Amino acid sequence: MIATSTPPPPPPELAGPTLPRLLTSVGKGQSQQAVPLAQHRRTYPPPPAPRRKPIESYIAAIETAGLRGRGGASFPTGRKLRTVSQGHTRPVVCVNGSEGEPASRKDGLLMTRTPHLVLDGALLAAAAVGAIEVIVCIERANHQAISAVERAIHERVQSGEQMLPVYVMDLPAKYVAGEETALVHFVNGGEAKPTMTPPRPFEKGVGGRPTLIDNVETLCHLAQIIRWGPAWFRGQGTADEPGTVLLTLSGAVKNKGVCEMPIGRSMDTVLSWAKPTGEVGAVLLGGYYGTWVSAADSRRVTMDNAALRSIGSSLGCGALVVLPSDACGLRETARVLKWLAGETAGQCGPCVHGLAAIAGGMNELAVGRATNHTVEMLNRWAGQVDKRGACSFPDGAVRLLRSALQVFGADVHHHIAHGPCWGARRSPVLAIPTAKAEPWR
Amino acid sequence: MSYKLSVDMIACDGRGVCAELLPERVELDDWGYPIIDASPMVGVVLEHARRAVAACPVLALRLEAAK
Repeated sequence: MIATSTPPPPPPELAGPTLPRLLTSVGKGQSQQAVPLAQHRRTYPPPPAPRRKPIESYIAAIETAGLRGRGGASFPTGRKLRTVSQGHTRPVVCVNGSEGEPASRKDGLLMTRTPHLVLDGALLAAAAVGAIEVIVCIERANHQAISAVERAIHERVQSGEQMLPVYVMDLPAKYVAGEETALVHFVNGGEAKPTMTPPRPFEKGVGGRPTLIDNVETLCHLAQIIRWGPAWFRGQGTADEPGTVLLTLSGAVKNKGVCEMPIGRSMDTVLSWAKPTGEVGAVLLGGYYGTWVSAADSRRVTMDNAALRSIGSSLGCGALVVLPSDACGLRETARVLKWLAGETAGQCGPCVHGLAAIAGGMNELAVGRATNHTVEMLNRWAGQVDKRGACSFPDGAVRLLRSALQVFGADVHHHIAHGPCWGARRSPVLAIPTAKAEPWR
Repeated sequence: MSYKLSVDMIACDGRGVCAELLPERVELDDWGYPIIDASPMVGVVLEHARRAVAACPVLALRLEAAK
């Protein structure tokens, strides 16, 4: 007998989607509807029924996969899971869907179009740490995401899937509401303002329990790692930062929107996907809380935090805004800083007064009323604000300021010597959210 | 046992008492909020620090065990 030479079926790890990964079921330009549960379950099995004990194999899988948080801080998710699972009492899982960053759309897209992947990720993380409940926190103004997630929860209840209690909470539309201590404070019944650390939420968070707070995209990656395995996950990206990341492209580009990139591609490639409408002046990476990357750097840097660190930048939340060469980077930065200064929780002196002073100084510079002394003061204030708040919000504003003074250094001299450049007179590129009297609760 | 200073920036009101009582370790920024030197303290400086901590009108200044 001659054995038929049919190859063995591929191991499940190899069967995962190639590219895109997270966006496979988010059809391009197709219906805006969410993927229904039945369709989702053809690819992803239901998460395990609620249980008290943490699932070690899940935590180990996430550690092996080397997943890092996609909310901006890039913290190893496996380490977070392990710490929370070893807490003194059963933990709580919070899905951070606040997405207060004006230039980012990716979390909203995932919650609206693939809410079941988000919920799977949250419930798998909950199973991994032995959590008692899941709370999905979504910005109040994001009605689409809220209703999509609520509908998805309802769908699961109807289909009789056993799951932990999952609650949806609507966060105030404030930038710092997504900061993890602020989020916990809000869920616990307080204002959505940061609190002093320690204790950090992973020690003592919602209801005093250890709390795992993960970004929406992070949890979607987590669900895919549990489904397809860590080796599959590591098939994209770099050794230190494996996997793909969602980018939100905007500014002076033809292709605006969310795209998925294996970590470590060149920024040049990403810009070629985005199709700039003209010559690129600079790139704002990480959104309004990010840093400016000069046009020269944008042609040679790769999009991973290790490489970006060398030019003082980072992926942040993955928002990428292209500034055309005929726009004024100083004026754009002044507008963003003014908005950021208004987003302070108003708790820490250096943040309240420092950001206001910095925004004022930057405006002087943008409109051409500044002197060399103004720039000296800006640098002085940057030093006095950096790392002085209870949370890292003011640090981000300082980072943006410093990158602007560096990347637009030539413009700084021009504005001081000759007044504002021509770019300062055209209509601004970066859209600033309108100021609303939003409550903190 | 040595201690270091820390400040609860949320509680701090910028009264500046700490900078008056402990100029060795506290200076004020442009808006009157303390910039703390958090290096470990022993002896006389620690005594002064305890006094400054006790005098803070909003209890924002603290002493922590230095690791």
